[in-house]
Amino acid sequence: MSKVRVLVGTRKGAFILTSDGARRHWSVDGPHFPGWEIYHLKGSPADPNRIYVSQSSAWFGQTMQRSDDGGLTWTTTGNQFLYEGDAGTHQWYDGTPHPWEFKRVWHLEPSLTDPDSVYAGAEDAALFHSADGGATWRELSALRTHGTGPHWQPGAGGMCLHTILLHPTDPKRIVIAISAAGAFRTDDGGLTWKPINQGLRSEFIPDPNAEVGHCVHHIALHPSRPDTLFMQKHWDVMRSDNAGDRWTEVSGNLPTDFGFVIDVHAHQPETIYVVPIQSDSQHFPLDGQLRVWRSRTGGHEWEPLTHGLPQANCYVNVLRDAMAVDRLDDCGIYFGTTGGQVYVSPDGGDHWQAIVENLPAVLSVEVQTLP
Amino acid sequence: MPTLIQVELPAVLRLHAGIASHYPIPLVVEAPVTLAAVIRALESAHPALCNTLRDPATGRRRALVRFFAGGADISHQPLDAPIPEAITQGREPLLILGAIAGG
Repeated sequence: MSKVRVLVGTRKGAFILTSDGARRHWSVDGPHFPGWEIYHLKGSPADPNRIYVSQSSAWFGQTMQRSDDGGLTWTTTGNQFLYEGDAGTHQWYDGTPHPWEFKRVWHLEPSLTDPDSVYAGAEDAALFHSADGGATWRELSALRTHGTGPHWQPGAGGMCLHTILLHPTDPKRIVIAISAAGAFRTDDGGLTWKPINQGLRSEFIPDPNAEVGHCVHHIALHPSRPDTLFMQKHWDVMRSDNAGDRWTEVSGNLPTDFGFVIDVHAHQPETIYVVPIQSDSQHFPLDGQLRVWRSRTGGHEWEPLTHGLPQANCYVNVLRDAMAVDRLDDCGIYFGTTGGQVYVSPDGGDHWQAIVENLPAVLSVEVQTLP
Repeated sequence: MPTLIQVELPAVLRLHAGIASHYPIPLVVEAPVTLAAVIRALESAHPALCNTLRDPATGRRRALVRFFAGGADISHQPLDAPIPEAITQGREPLLILGAIAGG
């Protein structure tokens, strides 16, 4: 019978939650790396026992971990993330030039085919790659240096590269997103990049239709339709059907289109999920009611999902990397909150239950579907 | 000539490096014994500590890492300056602390 392994990164360590295919009874293992901020951990699709971890601390910087046995044991790997050449400057919050400074790895994206190959999205924004299982890291510097970099500026969480989408069949095509620069795509394995932000409109920047400067919060795709991208922007839920060349808004009847997460059902490429958040200054659900909203039409038409979720006095947030789906026949949806809850719906969002309720603030959630 | 000193690490780094002992750890440091040499020796003996005390891009001490010797704060002395004899003669350990900064 299939199993699921949920990898949870929190402000104070990592946790591994496991269950059988029914997803009703759970084992909780952790904290791993107690006391450290775990922005992200993710397993290799090519070898599920290979798990990469970003472990960081305001005191002691960035360290990296790797497991080759599904999280039973860990090995410290390389943590030298150096910008290639003169790092230059980007815009600071007040518009003045500010030097590029490495702070942490926000997101890890293992290769779909090679367990030793993994990408890392960094703050200050840059994309790194390791071809040796995390021992050494090399910047794909053409992204940072392609021309608009001096105009990028940090969002409230820092100037982070937080989304890395690998094309399922074309290894040279990668889509990434940066707060607050926008989305970018390479079609040649990282040699060249182009901004893919046409159609995004951001009222909070001087030119709402600018080429860069948009605060993209997260992007998701379904592997069967890799040219269709779904985006939760600072405000607005967007979709593109041409790999980001043009975006259209699909917020539809959402009660607010501010939010952080967005994800796609494992078997229904037009079924997508978001968690609307009140506003950019009030990072909690509307009216204290935690609601996932589902669209079965790829956007525009949305329905609230509430069964099993707190519908009063709930003022948590759901951060951008804290939603995931499993690949079981009845697709499971998962998300974690800044209040330390991790919720699962084993039936595509109709019913929810808390797997755990009192973890440190959840930064990321990933799911592995295991044989 | 190599010198044997004692070093106390923050608990979170001991755990990270898999150092079970709660006592100061012995460390052989190549001469001249400086903070830079201590960091190199620590990273060599415990690779998990690489880049945790200094920034790999600048080589500088991380802002929230502090060094104390004989009750004195030596965090701000150059990393290549000699450290006090009380440390190099083994009379007391070099204290490495994380700054008290909440969290």
